[in-house]
Amino acid sequence: MSNAVSALQGATSEGFAMITEAGLRGMITLRGDLSSAKLKKAVKSAAGVDVPAQRACNSAGAKAVAWMSPDELLVMVPYAEVVDATSRLAKALEGEHALAVNVSDARAVFTIEGEGGREVLAKLSPVDLSREAFTTGMFRRTRLAQAAVAFWLRDETTFELVCFRSEAQYVFDALSMSAKPGSEVGFL
Amino acid sequence: MLILECPYCGVKAEETELHGGGQAHIKRETVGSDDDAFEHYLFTRANPRGVHLERWRHANGCGKWFHAARDTTTLEVFGTYSAQTYVPPKAIIDAITAKRPDWSLNDWQGAT
Repeated sequence: MSNAVSALQGATSEGFAMITEAGLRGMITLRGDLSSAKLKKAVKSAAGVDVPAQRACNSAGAKAVAWMSPDELLVMVPYAEVVDATSRLAKALEGEHALAVNVSDARAVFTIEGEGGREVLAKLSPVDLSREAFTTGMFRRTRLAQAAVAFWLRDETTFELVCFRSEAQYVFDALSMSAKPGSEVGFL
Repeated sequence: MLILECPYCGVKAEETELHGGGQAHIKRETVGSDDDAFEHYLFTRANPRGVHLERWRHANGCGKWFHAARDTTTLEVFGTYSAQTYVPPKAIIDAITAKRPDWSLNDWQGAT
């Protein structure tokens, strides 16, 4: 089997926030009826957390489940477990109108760490990132400059962000530029 | 800047997160319809100065289509609602007529 590598192989950039390409992450797109008991149970056993509320991301350790749309979830597991987890999800949802697909290699993951993280994203996305409006555990699909992304606040000073793998370099460059020392706005 | 609240994910999305889909509530003419009706369906669109019902897609977001009622000149938004409907819900019509008492859905559908 080929040796899987992430899009930017762990590239980092340090500005007033630390931008890191987070390496390989197992990601499963799960579509189906989010209110179905069968689906809730399958998600819980695959990721160890409950189906999140609207625009939220539930995480526990290396696993997480994020709310993508009224009929879509993003299930995150360690990369080594993703093939297994996908087939277990698919099996658990047999007979349901649902679909689980492994999209790990189609995506790139970034972390934005530091007090300035909110500002780095606020410069690039049309999202209210104030401390009152965007709290820990919130998840938001939006755009980052010209690219479609989704990000969530893992803890008070750490954002995680996913984008399409083909746009990884663009997103990394945009984030790095936004975090350039001396370009702090100081509003958030 | 136009800001619409997506009824599916509850995000107050600004224009750059959305993609416009033109006039809402168009009846699709298909097999069995006459040429005039088909031509009307294909090419004739209301282009009102004032209240308009439109389709929008939350493209950089949840990806769902929804409907919006707004004023094309003032950008005032009367409300957004589900795409799974042929006519605007009563709450939307009430919100429009509260501000524009002489507006009616029939006139809008007949406007060109």
